[in-house]
Formats: sequence, C-alpha cells, structure tokens
Amino acid sequence: MEKERNYTLKIWRQPNAQSKGAFKTYEVKNISTGSSFLEMLDILNEEISEKGEDPVHFDHDCREGICGMCSLFINGRPHGPEEEITVCQLHMRTFANGTTITIEPWRAKAFPVIKDLIVDRTAFDRIIQAGGFVSINTGGVPDANAIPIAKHDAELAMDAAACIGCGACVAACKNASAMLFVSAKVSQLALLPQGQAERKKRALAMVEQMDEEGFGACTNTGACSAECPKGIDLSNIARMNRDYFTAAIS
Amino acid sequence: MSLDSKIPEGPLAEKWTKHKFNLKLVNPSNKRKYDIIVVGTGLAGGAAAASFGELGYNVKAFCYQDSPRRAHSIAAQGGINAAKNYQNDGDSVFRLFYDTIKGGDYRSREANVYRLAEVSNNIIDQCVAQGVPFAREYGGLLDNRSFGGAQVSRTFYARGQTGQQLLLGAYSALSRQIAAGKVTMFTRNEMLDVVIIDGKARGIITRNLVTGKIESHSAHAVVLATGGYGNVFFLSTNAMGCNGSAVWRAYKKGAFFGNPCFTQIHPTCIPVHGDQQSKLTLMSESLRNDGRVWVPKEVTVAEKLRKRQIKPSDISEEERDYYLERIYPSFGNLVPRDVASRNAKNVCDEGKGVGETGLAVYLDFRDAIKRDGIEVIKAKYGNLFQMYEKITAENPYETPMMIYPAVHYTMGGLWVDYNLQTTIPGLFAAGECNFSDHGANRLGASALMQGLADGYFVIPYTIGNYLAGIPNARVSTDHPAFAEAEKEIKDRINTLLNIKGTKTVDHFHKELGKIMWEKCGMSRDEKRLKEAKVEIKKLRDEYWKDVKVLGVNEELNMTLEKALRVADFMELGELMVEDALDRKESCGGHFREESQTEEGEAKRDDVNFTYVSAWEFKGDDKPAALHKEELVFENVKLTQRSYK
Repeated sequence: MEKERNYTLKIWRQPNAQSKGAFKTYEVKNISTGSSFLEMLDILNEEISEKGEDPVHFDHDCREGICGMCSLFINGRPHGPEEEITVCQLHMRTFANGTTITIEPWRAKAFPVIKDLIVDRTAFDRIIQAGGFVSINTGGVPDANAIPIAKHDAELAMDAAACIGCGACVAACKNASAMLFVSAKVSQLALLPQGQAERKKRALAMVEQMDEEGFGACTNTGACSAECPKGIDLSNIARMNRDYFTAAIS
Repeated sequence: MSLDSKIPEGPLAEKWTKHKFNLKLVNPSNKRKYDIIVVGTGLAGGAAAASFGELGYNVKAFCYQDSPRRAHSIAAQGGINAAKNYQNDGDSVFRLFYDTIKGGDYRSREANVYRLAEVSNNIIDQCVAQGVPFAREYGGLLDNRSFGGAQVSRTFYARGQTGQQLLLGAYSALSRQIAAGKVTMFTRNEMLDVVIIDGKARGIITRNLVTGKIESHSAHAVVLATGGYGNVFFLSTNAMGCNGSAVWRAYKKGAFFGNPCFTQIHPTCIPVHGDQQSKLTLMSESLRNDGRVWVPKEVTVAEKLRKRQIKPSDISEEERDYYLERIYPSFGNLVPRDVASRNAKNVCDEGKGVGETGLAVYLDFRDAIKRDGIEVIKAKYGNLFQMYEKITAENPYETPMMIYPAVHYTMGGLWVDYNLQTTIPGLFAAGECNFSDHGANRLGASALMQGLADGYFVIPYTIGNYLAGIPNARVSTDHPAFAEAEKEIKDRINTLLNIKGTKTVDHFHKELGKIMWEKCGMSRDEKRLKEAKVEIKKLRDEYWKDVKVLGVNEELNMTLEKALRVADFMELGELMVEDALDRKESCGGHFREESQTEEGEAKRDDVNFTYVSAWEFKGDDKPAALHKEELVFENVKLTQRSYK
C-alpha cells in the first residue's frame, strides 16, 4: 500500500448566502493515508492560502466525532462512505490513490448555506427550544436514586440521546425531513419517567416547530438512519408518531 | 493590590452553608432589572446561563460554535465524580475533598475544593431530573465505576459519552430559558474584549463570525466560562476552536492569571502520525486497568520495530520492559496521569520509542485477553478499540495499541476568589477557565464535576451578592468606553489584515506549539525555559511583520478568527513560561528537572512554593508582576506523593 496519495477534489464554493455557488476543482498531492479527511482539507487550505486564495470554509470543531459540527456531503453521502462515523473520523486510506472526491454542503431548504460548505442549522436549536427539555429549575429536585429506571429503558433512552445533532439525517433524506433528529429527543424523554409530565405537549410542540422550519415530510425510506453517524434507530420515529397522534386526538 | 481570597471563617464543613446565608440577595422582582453576560456555553457557562434565567435575571449568552450544544465539554468520555456513597464503599464528601486536594498535589484551596465535593451530589440529582440517561443497574438504580486517584467507586457515567449527555442536559435547560425569553443566545459570536467602566466589568465587545460586525453589549456583570487554553501547544485534545482569547483579554484588562504553567498532559492519546496532523485524540484512561505498558529493552530492537522489520509479537517476554510495573511495583500501570506521561517521554527520549516516529509506547492487551477472554475485553472496551482501529487501521485485539501523551487540560486560569470573582469587580470566571479547584493536577472525572458545580450551584448564589451591592441603573453601549474598546479591536484586525506577509497563521501556531511542547511541556528546566522565552518573543515579532491573513473583516473569515487567537496564544505562552520559571519546584503536572528525588521523581517544595501564582499585567513588553496567594492547609497534612 502506498503511504502517500494524490486526489482530485471537486469542492462546492459559495462566497455567501446571497451569491450563487459552483464546483471548483483542486489537486492535492502526497496525502498521508493516516491523515483524516479534515486534515487533508487543512493541507489544501494551507496550500491555497499560500497562493492567496480564500481557504475552503467548512464547519468542524472537536474532531472526535461527538460535537456534531462537521457536516460534509462526500461523493453523494453525508459524512462520506464509511458507516457510523462523522467526517472528522474518516481517514484518507478509505480513498484509492488518484480518485476524484466530490464535496458538497448539506442541501436542505431549512439549512441555508452560509459560506462554501457551512450551513445554518439553527433550525435544530429552535426545535429543541420548542420542547426538548424537562421543565425543572436548578435545585429542589429529588435524590437521583428516588425513581428507579429499568436498565432496559435507560439503555434505550441512551441510544436515542446519542444523537449529535449534525443534520446528516436531513441531508440524506430525499425530502430533507428532520424526523430522525426530532424523534431522538422525543424518544429519549418519552422513555424516562422524568419526561412523562410533558410528554404529549412536547411531541406536539416539537413536530409543529419542525414543520414551521421547512423540513420535508417523512416517507419511511430509512435513509436517515442508514446514514446516521450514531446509528439512531428508525423505531424512534414510530415512537414519536404514536406520541404525536395520541396527543393530537386527546 | 493585595489578593483577598474571601474564604469564609469557620470549620471547613460549615463554610459554604454559612457563606450562602451571609451572601446578599436580590429580591425576586428586582432580578429582572439586572443583566448578565455569559461567554461560553459549555457545562459551566450553559448551566450558569440557564440558572440565571430561571432566577429571573436577563441573560445574554455567547458562543463561537453554531449551537451551544457543541461546546467541547461534549468530548469528555469517562464520567463525573460525586460523593453519593451509593456503593456503600466508604465514600464521603470529606473523602472526595481529600482525594481531590491530594491529586492536585496540594496546590489548591481547601475551602473551594471542599465546596466542590459538597455540591457534587446535587449535580447528579439535577442531571437525573433533566433526563440525563446515566448508566443503571438491573434494579434500576444508578451504576458507578472507579477512576484514577481514588479507592472508591464514585464515578457516574453515560457509556463513553458522559460529557455529551451532561452538556445536552445543560443545553436543554438553556433552550428552555431561550424559549422563555430570559436568555438571548448569540451563536457564531466571539468575545474579543471586556469593557471596564469605573473599575467594574460592564460589558463585552464581540465579533459576529458570519458578518464580521463588531458589536458592544452592556450588562451589570460578565461571566467568562470559556474553557482551557491547551491549544497554545497547537496539538492537543482540545477542539480546534478552543482558545484563550477571552481570558487573555480579561488579563490584559486587569484580571490576574492564576498558575498559568499548570497544564495536564494525558498519557493515553493516539500518537502523532506525521507532519500533517492537526488534532490529537484521547483514549480513555480506563484502558490502563487492563492494558500493560511496555517498550523494548534494547534501542536496536526499537529501531527494527520503527522500520517495520519486526512485529511487536516477535519480541520475547525477556526483551520487553514493562517500565511502569518495574519502576512502580505497587501502582504499576495505574500511576497518576503526570507520572505515566513523564515515563513515556523518558523511554522515548532514550530511543526505545516505537511506531514510525519513535514517539509511542505500547499498551498491550494480550495478557488480559489471555486471562479474561476476548469477550470480556470487548464488553469493557469495545467502543474504544473500535475507535482506535478507525483512526490507526490497526486491530488492538491482535497487535498492541500505541499511545503517547498529549496536552489535555489546563488547571491554570483566571485567578478567582471564593465567589468565583476575578480581581476585576463584576467579572467572574467559571469552569476550566478559572484556576480554582484542581491545583497542579486534575483527577479523572473531576472536570465535569467542577464545570457543573460552578454553573448550577456556586455562581448563581455569588453573583447575586455582587449585584445586590451595585445600583441597577443600566450602562448604555454609547458610553465612550465601548467605542474605545471597539476601535482598539478594529485597529488590531486592520493591522493583521494589512500585514500581508508570507507565512500562514498555522505556520506560526505550529512553531509556537513546538517551542511550548519541547521547552514548557512534560519536563521543564531553567535553561530551556529561558530559551523558550527568547524564541517566543522572536516568533511574536515575526508574526506581526510577516503573517498572511487573507480576505476582509466583513465576511466569514476563519483565517482572521484564527489570527486573532494565535496572537493571544503567543502572549499567553510567554506568561506560561514565565510562571514555569518562577516555580522552581516540581508539583503535579509541572515537572522541573532541577527538583527531583534521587529516584528521579517529582519533588515538591512546600517551604517555598505553597502558593498560587497570580500574575498581573503591567503593559505590553513589560514584565508581568507576580502576586502570591499563600495556601493554608488546616484539614489535610501535606505529604510527598509516592506510587512505588
């Protein structure tokens, strides 16, 4: 296996939200197979900066697959070709020497492009603000062991809570639906005793906000779950639908 | 100016309770007349902003990320300590206090650390009530595990994602206050200065990272919760955006900086693969429970390994040096972080390091797999092994992991009194960005505890005391102090954009990182520290002459963002070196080669160095002034740590 590889990159460049974007082609050389995908972009940026060209802007922060900031659509798939990882955990050994790699931002009406590969995902924050919490203040809460929670339920809640809010589910969906994201939070709290008091209200409010933000409808294709870097299960959507319909008719 | 730590009188266990009673209160209907700015929305900032909003204050919260849910608290894996004693194994508030003081090598304040241990239990209650899905036993009660530096099981956890779950808990509480209109959230905004009027912090200047707009915000008090400054070293386990600019700007406006040289180097990180690396990844410390650390005994064997002429499995038992087990027979592979890190560096310096770069040691699970079976190891560490394989393309079930130390956490930070107030009235610091609770070394699972303790249970009380003592009249951002601070920032930005030099910002950041890592890293001595001082100064001069910052201010410009941060890192690096020079003893993560025992272990000097260094800014290119807060120990006896 060669230790260093060369690639052709087709990258979406768009100076700001107002202007029209286009693909631009770059060549990168001598990329170590141990480099992460984002380190490869760091190298490209160093090179083009030295030549005086504006570096390619992309969101990234923790580079450990947990903050949910990185958000690249690579060769037609959110977070690239590997299963259950984010872009920052993707390594260049995955890409054969000499290949062309296409890099785009998340594409969804509710996620407008800010610049290049960076999109605005504040719609997700507003959905959480609509009801993704338990309405308790700091202090005055019961002892942590006062309410036992079956291990099985706690584990299921944790499975749902693992969502990192990156938006890959929306990017993967042909309708740009946010059902997987919303249902993960609704499920986490629906599975725990602490979430019961506001369970119905929460499902209604969060779904309503989701619709208001302009996300599309769900047709149960499962692309969201298949591309989710944290493997959030499709059954969460079923759980949310049940809560939503129960709330809507009661 | 003299330092007043404002530690309350009375017995240790009663200080906080008494102090809470003595703190002045703002009556509920008056709270809406006060505005508070919170910078940073990780565990400390998110928890504080949410709690202030619930109390009725008007809050403006700021973060550089696109959402408060992404702060780097999210990356903490292992867990959070609390003195619940659910396991009936002899834990208590006093024991958690004692372990934390000792783990910090007796360089933190008794009263602060005791309070931290005291409120630790409330944190767990609070998080469970928010819906944080902590790990549970089959009976439905909370599960615990044990961590380094403790002999009890007091660590609560949510798989390997405890930081994420706690942060999302704080984020949900914050979201609720945003919806209620009590908190106004500013994302993709970076604080560039703090504004002081009549000696009090009255606001901040920010840059909108999308539009480049420089804006003024006024308030009655400002809380910084901006995390650590480990990225001074370029390579660290911090997030790429983590920076020291907020605390550095506060320092330059008069807030003292406490113990800047105290940095934690974590022993179990994935080694650097080459020059193209931008970020290091931490592997949980729990791996040292079953993994055995070793290098080859002979340099010639290590050379063959580096050239891949032989495999680790080709090396016989007699040719291996399990150096931690050899040097520290009683603690073995479970010595504290600082000791494990320093020893890894020593063997690599001797030429016995492995991996292509020679800067790695083995962490071998062969014997554990043989003893317990592969399924047991998989159940314990499966996700970590998988993460390791994704990054390195090597299977740790078959070949030993390779690890090397990396910068992880900064114990130093803004000096604060017992109320978490800096030396500037009205300017508070919470979480990693203050110096307060971890002394010279932080124990595992204590960072999450401190962030949430400060945010939920300390600062909401102490800020009320400050606000009750000042008039509630608002200051307008038309005040000349804001215009002056804005102008200063715009000038700094213009200067950077107009240098139009030849070298990139990253070039300088990497150079700075190299100097800091080699001369102010795991092992320090006077000669190299003095060299570092000269080299950083030179690099800084070159930066302001030859850096290339592209683009304009009025756009999303990541190069400019970074250029401002790196300019501050260079100055902060100089202060770290200055502090490391002053502290001629070894303690915790700070190892001075001149101060070691005959066996080469860290030697503390309690007679001369039982103090907190608090540095005062005296002007650009003038030496900072050192103030000393003497540490008084009334409840614990200072002993030399020994892990032999």
